[in-house]
Amino acid sequence: MPADQLSQVFSALADPIRRDIVARLAVGDATVNALAEPYDVTVQAVSKHLKVLEDAGLVSRTREAQRRPVHLEAEVFDLMTKWIERYRRQAEERYRRLDDLLRTLPDDTEPTPPPQTGAHR
Amino acid sequence: MNTTPSTHQTEITSDPDVPLVRITRDFDAPPAKVFRAHTDPELVVQWLGPRSTEMRVEHYDCRTGGSYRYLHTSDGNEFGFHGCFHEVRPSELIVQTFTFEGEPDGVALEKLEFEDLGDGRTRLVATSLVDSFEDRDAMLASGMEHGVREGYERLDELLAG
Repeated sequence: MPADQLSQVFSALADPIRRDIVARLAVGDATVNALAEPYDVTVQAVSKHLKVLEDAGLVSRTREAQRRPVHLEAEVFDLMTKWIERYRRQAEERYRRLDDLLRTLPDDTEPTPPPQTGAHR
Repeated sequence: MNTTPSTHQTEITSDPDVPLVRITRDFDAPPAKVFRAHTDPELVVQWLGPRSTEMRVEHYDCRTGGSYRYLHTSDGNEFGFHGCFHEVRPSELIVQTFTFEGEPDGVALEKLEFEDLGDGRTRLVATSLVDSFEDRDAMLASGMEHGVREGYERLDELLAG
Protein backbone atom coordinates (compact mmCIF):
# COMPACT_ATOMS: atom_id res chain seq x y z
CA MET A 1 0.00 0.00 0.00
CA PRO A 2 1.49 3.39 -0.93
CA ALA A 3 2.33 5.66 1.98
CA ASP A 4 -0.24 8.31 1.14
CA GLN A 5 -2.97 5.71 1.10
CA LEU A 6 -2.00 4.69 4.62
CA SER A 7 -2.29 8.35 5.63
CA GLN A 8 -5.76 8.45 4.14
CA VAL A 9 -6.69 5.31 6.01
CA PHE A 10 -5.47 6.82 9.27
CA SER A 11 -7.39 10.04 8.85
CA ALA A 12 -10.47 8.19 7.61
CA LEU A 13 -10.49 6.18 10.82
CA ALA A 14 -9.91 9.20 13.04
CA ASP A 15 -13.64 9.92 13.13
CA PRO A 16 -15.74 7.97 15.67
CA ILE A 17 -18.75 7.57 13.34
CA ARG A 18 -16.53 6.24 10.57
CA ARG A 19 -14.84 3.84 12.96
CA ASP A 20 -18.29 2.65 14.01
CA ILE A 21 -19.38 2.24 10.40
CA VAL A 22 -16.30 0.12 9.71
CA ALA A 23 -17.00 -2.01 12.78
CA ARG A 24 -20.57 -2.63 11.61
CA LEU A 25 -19.49 -3.43 8.05
CA ALA A 26 -17.10 -6.01 9.44
CA VAL A 27 -20.21 -8.02 10.30
CA GLY A 28 -21.64 -7.77 6.79
CA ASP A 29 -22.50 -5.50 3.86
CA ALA A 30 -25.18 -2.87 4.46
CA THR A 31 -26.97 -0.13 2.54
CA VAL A 32 -26.44 3.55 3.24
CA ASN A 33 -29.92 3.81 4.73
CA ALA A 34 -29.33 0.89 7.07
CA LEU A 35 -25.99 2.36 8.11
CA ALA A 36 -27.51 5.79 8.79
CA GLU A 37 -30.29 4.45 10.99
CA PRO A 38 -28.62 4.38 14.44
CA TYR A 39 -27.05 7.83 14.09
CA ASP A 40 -28.57 11.19 14.76
CA VAL A 41 -27.37 12.45 11.40
CA THR A 42 -28.82 12.62 7.89
CA VAL A 43 -28.35 9.93 5.27
CA GLN A 44 -26.48 12.58 3.34
CA ALA A 45 -23.99 13.03 6.19
CA VAL A 46 -23.44 9.27 6.34
CA SER A 47 -22.91 9.27 2.59
CA LYS A 48 -20.16 11.83 3.08
CA HIS A 49 -18.50 9.62 5.68
CA LEU A 50 -18.73 6.69 3.28
CA LYS A 51 -17.09 8.75 0.56
CA VAL A 52 -14.11 9.36 2.86
CA LEU A 53 -13.89 5.64 3.66
CA GLU A 54 -14.22 4.81 -0.04
CA ASP A 55 -11.45 7.24 -1.05
CA ALA A 56 -9.20 5.62 1.52
CA GLY A 57 -9.91 2.25 -0.07
CA LEU A 58 -11.55 0.94 3.07
CA VAL A 59 -14.99 0.33 1.61
CA SER A 60 -16.44 -0.19 -1.84
CA ARG A 61 -19.91 0.29 -3.23
CA THR A 62 -21.47 -1.58 -6.09
CA ARG A 63 -23.24 0.58 -8.62
CA GLU A 64 -26.73 -0.84 -8.26
CA ALA A 65 -28.88 2.28 -8.55
CA GLN A 66 -30.69 2.92 -5.26
CA ARG A 67 -29.62 -0.14 -3.32
CA ARG A 68 -25.89 0.10 -3.18
CA PRO A 69 -24.64 -2.17 -0.45
CA VAL A 70 -21.44 -0.96 1.16
CA HIS A 71 -18.69 -3.54 1.43
CA LEU A 72 -15.70 -3.46 3.76
CA GLU A 73 -12.37 -4.01 2.02
CA ALA A 74 -10.97 -6.11 4.81
CA GLU A 75 -7.61 -6.56 3.09
CA VAL A 76 -6.75 -2.88 3.24
CA PHE A 77 -7.84 -2.71 6.83
CA ASP A 78 -5.81 -5.79 7.79
CA LEU A 79 -2.71 -4.50 6.07
CA MET A 80 -2.84 -1.23 7.95
CA THR A 81 -3.44 -2.98 11.24
CA LYS A 82 -0.47 -5.21 10.51
CA TRP A 83 1.82 -2.27 9.88
CA ILE A 84 0.97 -0.74 13.22
CA GLU A 85 1.05 -4.06 15.01
CA ARG A 86 4.50 -4.85 13.70
CA TYR A 87 5.77 -1.43 14.66
CA ARG A 88 4.27 -1.98 18.09
CA ARG A 89 5.80 -5.42 18.36
CA GLN A 90 9.21 -4.04 17.50
CA ALA A 91 8.88 -1.41 20.22
CA GLU A 92 7.62 -4.09 22.59
CA GLU A 93 10.63 -6.25 21.87
CA ARG A 94 12.97 -3.31 22.47
CA TYR A 95 11.32 -2.48 25.76
CA ARG A 96 11.41 -6.08 26.94
CA ARG A 97 15.15 -5.96 26.46
CA LEU A 98 15.07 -2.78 28.54
CA ASP A 99 12.96 -4.58 31.20
CA ASP A 100 15.63 -7.24 31.30
CA LEU A 101 18.42 -4.74 31.66
CA LEU A 102 16.61 -2.77 34.35
CA ARG A 103 16.27 -5.93 36.42
CA THR A 104 20.03 -6.44 36.37
CA LEU A 105 20.95 -2.83 37.17
CA PRO A 106 21.98 -2.15 40.76
CA ASP A 107 20.03 0.48 42.68
CA ASP A 108 23.04 2.73 42.92
CA THR A 109 21.32 5.81 41.57
CA GLU A 110 19.78 8.35 43.90
CA PRO A 111 16.12 7.55 44.42
CA THR A 112 13.80 10.26 43.17
CA PRO A 113 12.30 12.28 46.03
CA PRO A 114 8.74 11.35 47.00
CA PRO A 115 6.15 13.51 45.21
CA GLN A 116 4.62 15.07 48.34
CA THR A 117 7.26 17.15 50.14
CA GLY A 118 4.99 20.07 50.97
CA ALA A 119 4.59 19.11 54.67
CA HIS A 120 8.31 19.38 55.42
CA ARG A 121 9.00 23.04 55.09
CA MET B 1 6.46 -19.31 29.35
CA ASN B 2 6.30 -15.97 31.08
CA THR B 3 8.85 -15.61 33.82
CA THR B 4 8.78 -11.83 34.13
CA PRO B 5 7.26 -10.42 37.31
CA SER B 6 4.81 -8.47 35.19
CA THR B 7 4.34 -7.78 31.52
CA HIS B 8 3.44 -4.31 30.44
CA GLN B 9 1.69 -3.45 27.21
CA THR B 10 3.43 -1.28 24.68
CA GLU B 11 0.86 1.12 23.25
CA ILE B 12 1.14 2.92 19.94
CA THR B 13 -0.86 6.03 19.18
CA SER B 14 -0.89 8.07 16.02
CA ASP B 15 -2.59 11.37 15.42
CA PRO B 16 -4.84 12.28 12.47
CA ASP B 17 -3.81 15.95 12.49
CA VAL B 18 -0.10 15.89 13.34
CA PRO B 19 2.47 13.45 11.88
CA LEU B 20 3.55 11.84 15.10
CA VAL B 21 3.77 8.40 16.62
CA ARG B 22 3.58 8.01 20.36
CA ILE B 23 4.69 4.92 22.28
CA THR B 24 3.64 4.48 25.90
CA ARG B 25 5.15 1.82 28.12
CA ASP B 26 5.41 1.21 31.89
CA PHE B 27 8.48 -0.20 33.62
CA ASP B 28 9.03 -1.85 36.98
CA ALA B 29 11.92 0.44 37.82
CA PRO B 30 12.17 3.97 39.21
CA PRO B 31 12.58 6.91 36.78
CA ALA B 32 16.27 7.38 37.69
CA LYS B 33 17.04 3.85 36.54
CA VAL B 34 14.99 3.98 33.32
CA PHE B 35 16.58 7.35 32.60
CA ARG B 36 20.09 5.94 33.13
CA ALA B 37 19.37 3.11 30.70
CA HIS B 38 18.70 5.85 28.12
CA THR B 39 21.76 8.00 28.81
CA ASP B 40 24.62 5.59 29.58
CA PRO B 41 25.90 4.35 26.17
CA GLU B 42 27.09 1.07 27.70
CA LEU B 43 23.53 0.38 28.74
CA VAL B 44 21.89 1.81 25.62
CA VAL B 45 23.66 -0.71 23.34
CA GLN B 46 22.18 -3.54 25.37
CA TRP B 47 18.59 -2.82 24.43
CA LEU B 48 18.10 -0.14 21.77
CA GLY B 49 19.13 -1.94 18.60
CA PRO B 50 17.21 -4.90 17.16
CA ARG B 51 18.75 -8.16 18.24
CA SER B 52 19.72 -9.20 14.73
CA THR B 53 21.92 -6.13 14.44
CA GLU B 54 25.05 -5.11 16.24
CA MET B 55 25.01 -1.62 17.67
CA ARG B 56 28.22 0.38 17.81
CA VAL B 57 28.23 3.76 19.52
CA GLU B 58 30.56 6.35 18.04
CA HIS B 59 29.71 8.92 20.66
CA TYR B 60 26.77 9.38 23.00
CA ASP B 61 26.87 12.58 24.98
CA CYS B 62 23.45 12.69 26.55
CA ARG B 63 23.25 16.14 28.10
CA THR B 64 21.60 19.40 27.01
CA GLY B 65 23.51 20.52 23.93
CA GLY B 66 25.19 17.15 23.44
CA SER B 67 24.97 14.82 20.45
CA TYR B 68 25.16 11.17 19.47
CA ARG B 69 26.03 8.92 16.57
CA TYR B 70 25.72 5.17 16.42
CA LEU B 71 25.79 2.46 13.78
CA HIS B 72 23.74 -0.66 13.33
CA THR B 73 25.43 -3.50 11.50
CA SER B 74 23.21 -6.17 9.98
CA ASP B 75 24.31 -8.78 7.41
CA GLY B 76 27.42 -6.74 6.59
CA ASN B 77 25.44 -3.55 6.00
CA GLU B 78 26.02 -0.51 8.17
CA PHE B 79 23.33 2.00 8.98
CA GLY B 80 24.25 5.25 10.70
CA PHE B 81 22.03 7.33 12.95
CA HIS B 82 22.78 10.64 14.57
CA GLY B 83 21.14 13.52 16.36
CA CYS B 84 21.42 16.19 19.02
CA PHE B 85 20.21 16.28 22.58
CA HIS B 86 18.28 19.50 22.93
CA GLU B 87 17.10 19.21 26.49
CA VAL B 88 18.06 16.61 29.06
CA ARG B 89 16.61 16.75 32.58
CA PRO B 90 17.65 13.87 34.87
CA SER B 91 14.89 11.32 35.48
CA GLU B 92 12.35 13.53 33.71
CA LEU B 93 12.88 14.41 30.10
CA ILE B 94 15.01 13.91 27.00
CA VAL B 95 14.32 15.98 23.87
CA GLN B 96 16.45 14.90 20.94
CA THR B 97 16.58 14.84 17.17
CA PHE B 98 16.96 11.62 15.19
CA THR B 99 18.25 11.20 11.65
CA PHE B 100 18.74 7.98 9.70
CA GLU B 101 21.79 8.73 7.57
CA GLY B 102 20.27 6.88 4.62
CA GLU B 103 17.79 9.77 4.52
CA PRO B 104 20.01 12.65 5.64
CA ASP B 105 17.44 15.39 5.00
CA GLY B 106 14.84 13.71 7.18
CA VAL B 107 14.75 14.39 10.89
CA ALA B 108 12.45 13.36 13.69
CA LEU B 109 11.98 15.34 16.87
CA GLU B 110 11.78 12.90 19.75
CA LYS B 111 10.52 13.60 23.23
CA LEU B 112 10.98 11.02 25.98
CA GLU B 113 9.04 11.72 29.14
CA PHE B 114 9.73 9.70 32.29
CA GLU B 115 6.72 9.82 34.55
CA ASP B 116 7.07 8.65 38.15
CA LEU B 117 4.20 6.27 38.90
CA GLY B 118 5.36 5.69 42.48
CA ASP B 119 6.23 2.28 44.00
CA GLY B 120 9.39 2.18 41.90
CA ARG B 121 7.53 2.27 38.61
CA THR B 122 7.89 4.55 35.61
CA ARG B 123 5.76 5.41 32.62
CA LEU B 124 7.77 6.22 29.52
CA VAL B 125 6.02 8.29 26.85
CA ALA B 126 8.12 8.47 23.69
CA THR B 127 6.81 10.79 20.97
CA SER B 128 8.36 11.00 17.49
CA LEU B 129 7.31 13.96 15.38
CA VAL B 130 8.25 14.10 11.71
CA ASP B 131 7.47 16.72 9.08
CA SER B 132 5.04 14.88 6.82
CA PHE B 133 2.45 12.12 7.04
CA GLU B 134 4.43 10.24 4.38
CA ASP B 135 7.45 10.14 6.71
CA ARG B 136 5.24 9.12 9.60
CA ASP B 137 3.92 6.22 7.54
CA ALA B 138 7.40 5.27 6.40
CA MET B 139 8.38 5.18 10.06
CA LEU B 140 5.48 2.88 10.87
CA ALA B 141 6.23 0.71 7.85
CA SER B 142 9.85 0.32 8.93
CA GLY B 143 8.62 -1.85 11.76
CA MET B 144 7.61 -4.52 9.29
CA GLU B 145 11.05 -5.76 8.33
CA HIS B 146 12.21 -6.54 11.82
CA GLY B 147 8.85 -7.76 13.01
CA VAL B 148 8.82 -10.45 10.33
CA ARG B 149 12.38 -11.58 10.80
CA GLU B 150 12.68 -11.71 14.50
CA GLY B 151 9.62 -13.49 15.74
CA TYR B 152 8.82 -14.26 19.30
CA GLU B 153 11.50 -16.85 20.13
CA ARG B 154 14.01 -14.17 20.96
CA LEU B 155 11.56 -12.60 23.33
CA ASP B 156 10.97 -15.88 25.11
CA GLU B 157 14.71 -16.31 25.33
CA LEU B 158 15.08 -12.90 26.89
CA LEU B 159 12.21 -13.40 29.27
CA ALA B 160 13.66 -16.66 30.48
CA GLY B 161 16.97 -14.92 31.28
